[in-house]
Amino acid sequence: MNGYLHLWLIPLLPFAGFLVNGILGKRLPKWIVTTVALLAPLAAFCVVLNAGFLTDIHVNPGFDDPAPYVETCPFPWINIGALHIDFSFVLDQLSLIMLLVVTGVGFLIHIYSVGYMKTEEGYARYFSYLNLFLFFMTVLVLAGNALLMFVGWEGVGLASYLLIGFWFQKATAADAGKKAFIVNRIGDVGFLIGMFLLLANFGTLTFTEIAAKLGQDPGWTGGVITVIALCLLLGATGKSAQLPLYIWLPDAMEGPTPVSALIHAATMVTAGVYMIARNHVLFDHSPFALSVVAVVGAATALFAATIALVQTDIKRILAYSTISQLGYMFLGCGVAAYSAAIFHLVTHAFFKALLFLAAGSVIHAIGGEQDLRKMGGLRKKLPVTFAVTTVGVLAIAGVWPFAGFFSKDAILYAAFLQGDAGKALWFVGLLTALLTSFYMFRLWYLAFLGKPRGEAERHHHPTPWSMLVPLLILAVLSIGGGWIGIERFAGFLAPSAGARAADAGSAQLELILSLVAVAVALIGWLVAHLLYQQKPDRPAKLAAALPGAYKLLAGKYYVDQIYGACVVKPLLLFSKYFLSPVVDKALLGGTAWLLGGVPTFAGALLQRWQSGNLRSYAAWLTAGAAAVLIFVVVPWYLVWPASLDFVWKVARH
Amino acid sequence: MNSFLPQQVPLSWYLLLSAVLFSLGIVGFLIKRNLITVFMSIELMLNAVNLSFVTFARQWQFCDAAIQGCLAAQPHAVKGQIFVFFVMMVAAAEAAVGLAIIIAVFRARATLAVDRIDLMKL
Repeated sequence: MNGYLHLWLIPLLPFAGFLVNGILGKRLPKWIVTTVALLAPLAAFCVVLNAGFLTDIHVNPGFDDPAPYVETCPFPWINIGALHIDFSFVLDQLSLIMLLVVTGVGFLIHIYSVGYMKTEEGYARYFSYLNLFLFFMTVLVLAGNALLMFVGWEGVGLASYLLIGFWFQKATAADAGKKAFIVNRIGDVGFLIGMFLLLANFGTLTFTEIAAKLGQDPGWTGGVITVIALCLLLGATGKSAQLPLYIWLPDAMEGPTPVSALIHAATMVTAGVYMIARNHVLFDHSPFALSVVAVVGAATALFAATIALVQTDIKRILAYSTISQLGYMFLGCGVAAYSAAIFHLVTHAFFKALLFLAAGSVIHAIGGEQDLRKMGGLRKKLPVTFAVTTVGVLAIAGVWPFAGFFSKDAILYAAFLQGDAGKALWFVGLLTALLTSFYMFRLWYLAFLGKPRGEAERHHHPTPWSMLVPLLILAVLSIGGGWIGIERFAGFLAPSAGARAADAGSAQLELILSLVAVAVALIGWLVAHLLYQQKPDRPAKLAAALPGAYKLLAGKYYVDQIYGACVVKPLLLFSKYFLSPVVDKALLGGTAWLLGGVPTFAGALLQRWQSGNLRSYAAWLTAGAAAVLIFVVVPWYLVWPASLDFVWKVARH
Repeated sequence: MNSFLPQQVPLSWYLLLSAVLFSLGIVGFLIKRNLITVFMSIELMLNAVNLSFVTFARQWQFCDAAIQGCLAAQPHAVKGQIFVFFVMMVAAAEAAVGLAIIIAVFRARATLAVDRIDLMKL
C-alpha cells in the first residue's frame, strides 16, 4: 500500500487479533486473550483517528472538495483485458464517519463483552469472531470498488453467522445462524447481478469512475441504471433487514447480546444504507429506484414498529425496533437525503448499541431471563442500567435534545419536502415515530417500573465495571451525538454523499415539524404510561377487545409461516423429489460410481492375466516379441500405402 | 552367391542355423518344466543371436572392403563381434544370478517344476 495514512492497518489489526485468538486462543491465558482482543480494535480506532486528523478531506467542507484519499495495493488483484481491479482503500468523508462508528462503537462493545462473556465457554473463540467481524466490516467500509466491498459484505455475513450461532449446541441458535446466512444470500444475488450489470455498462467497478462516467452524461437516467439500482437495493434489503428480507434479524437475537448490539444494530445491518450512500450517484440517476427505496424504507419502518408493539422478549423488541430504524435510514436515502440517513445511522449506532447493551446488562443481572413479563421493578436494583436505558429510550423516541431527535427530524423534514408523495412518506414516518415511542416506553415501564413479577430478580448479579463504562460512554453519545446538527453534518458529508437538496422549506416549517415530532413522541410516552403504569390490566383488556389484530401482531403477520409455505416448503419438496434422487444420487452419484466402477471392472478382467504361472508369463513374453517382430518385418506399406509418408517423415529427421 | 566371399560356407547357412537354434530355445523356454532346462534354453537363444551377430560382422567386413577398396581399418567390421562379447558377459552375469535364484528356490520349495512355483498368483 502506498500512502501516509496507513489505512491498510485498519482492517489488518483486527485480522491479526483474529489470527492470534483464533489459533492460539485456547492455549493462551485469559488475560492475554482479552488484551489482544481489546488492543486490536483500539489500535484500529487510533489509526482511524490519526487518518482523520491528518487527511485534508475535511478542510473547508463544501467549499473546495479535494479528491478522496486513496491507498492502492501495488499488486493488482484482477487484471483481465480492459478490466482492472485493485485492492484499493478510499478515505473520504463518508468512510471516515463510518469507520469512526465501526471501530469506536466496536471497541466499546469489545470492552463490554469482556464482562458479559467472562464465564462463557469459548471466550477466545468469541473474541476472535468479533475481531474477524471488524476486519471484514472495515474492508467493506474502506473498499474503493464494488468487488472489494462485496468481499467485506460477504465476510461480515460470515462473522454474523458465526456469532449468531455462537452457542451452536442450542438448535435455535444454529438455525438462526443458517437463516441469517441463507436470507442474506438472496440479497447477495441482487448485489452480484448489480455488479455484473455495472461491469457490462460501465466497464469498471470503482465507485469514483462510475460516478465520473455518470457525471459526464447527466441525461442518462432510468433504464439500465434503474435495474442496477434495484439490484443493489435487493442486496441492501438483505443485509439491512428491510422488507421483504428482514426475517433473519429477529432470529439473529439468538446470539450473545453484545453481538446483537455490534453487528445486528450498530454496524453490520447499516451496511446496506452505507452501500446506497456510497452508490448514491447511481440512485440519483434513477428517480424510480429512489422512490422504491423510500417506499421500502417507510413500509419497513411502519411494519416492524407494529410488530414491536406486542412482543414480550426484550431483545426481539429491540430487533424489530432496529428494523424499523433502518427503515428510516432507507427512507432518508430514498428522498435523496443521504447525509440525513447517515446522520441517523450514526446516532442510531449510539442509542441502539446503548439499548442493547443495557438490555444485556438486565439479562446478565437477572440470570438470563429475556421475557419482559417476568421483569418489572428493576429500577432500584439496576440504577445505572435504568438511567442509561432511559437515555436510550428518550433518544430513540426522538425527544429533544437527545440524539435521535435530530437525525429522525432531518429525515422526516427531507421527506416532507418531496411533494405529495413525500408528505405521505412523512406521515408514515411520523406514525412510526409514535409507535416507536410507545413500544420503547412500554419496554421501559415493563422492565424497570411497576412491581417485580416472576422469579427472575432473585438471581441478582452485580454488573462489572467493564460493562458499565461502555454504557456510560454510549449514554453520553446518545445525548450529545446529535448536537452537531444536520447542517454541519451534511456540509461535512456533502463531497462524498451528495449535497443536501436545495431547501424548499423554511426555518418556520422545520420548527413546526420538529414540534410535531416531539409531540408525537410524548403522546407515545403518555399512551404507554396510561396502559402500563397507571392501570397495568389495560393492555390485556385491549388485547381481548381486539383479538384479531393482537394475534396478527403477536404472530408477526405470519410472515415466517407464509415464507415457509411459499418458498421453503416448495424448495424442500423440489430437493426431496428432484434434486436429491435425480441430480445428487443419479447424476453426481452415478458419475462417481462410474469413475470408480470402470477401473474396478477392468481390473477384475485384467487380473486374470496375472496368473502367477511362470510359463504363461513366458508365453505372453514370446507372443509380445513375436508381435513386435511381425510389426517390423511385414511390409505394411503394401497394405496401407499412406504409412510410408510417415516413415519418410521419420527418416528425414 | 556373393562373388566377394571366398568359397566357404554360405551366409544363409549360418543364419539358418542361428534361426533353428533360436527356435529350439524358444520352444524349450515355453514347454520345458524344469527350471534349469528353461534356463539353458535362454542361454541357447542368446548364443543363437551371438551366432547371427558374428555372421553379419564377417559379412560387413567384406562389404566394407568392397566399398573402400582396402582391407585395413574396418570400423564396422568389429562392431558385431564386440557386441557378442557384451552378450556373453551379460549371459555370464545372468547365469550367476539365475543359478543363485534357482538354488534358493530349490532350497525353499524342494522342487524346480515351473508350474509349482506359482506363489505370485493372487
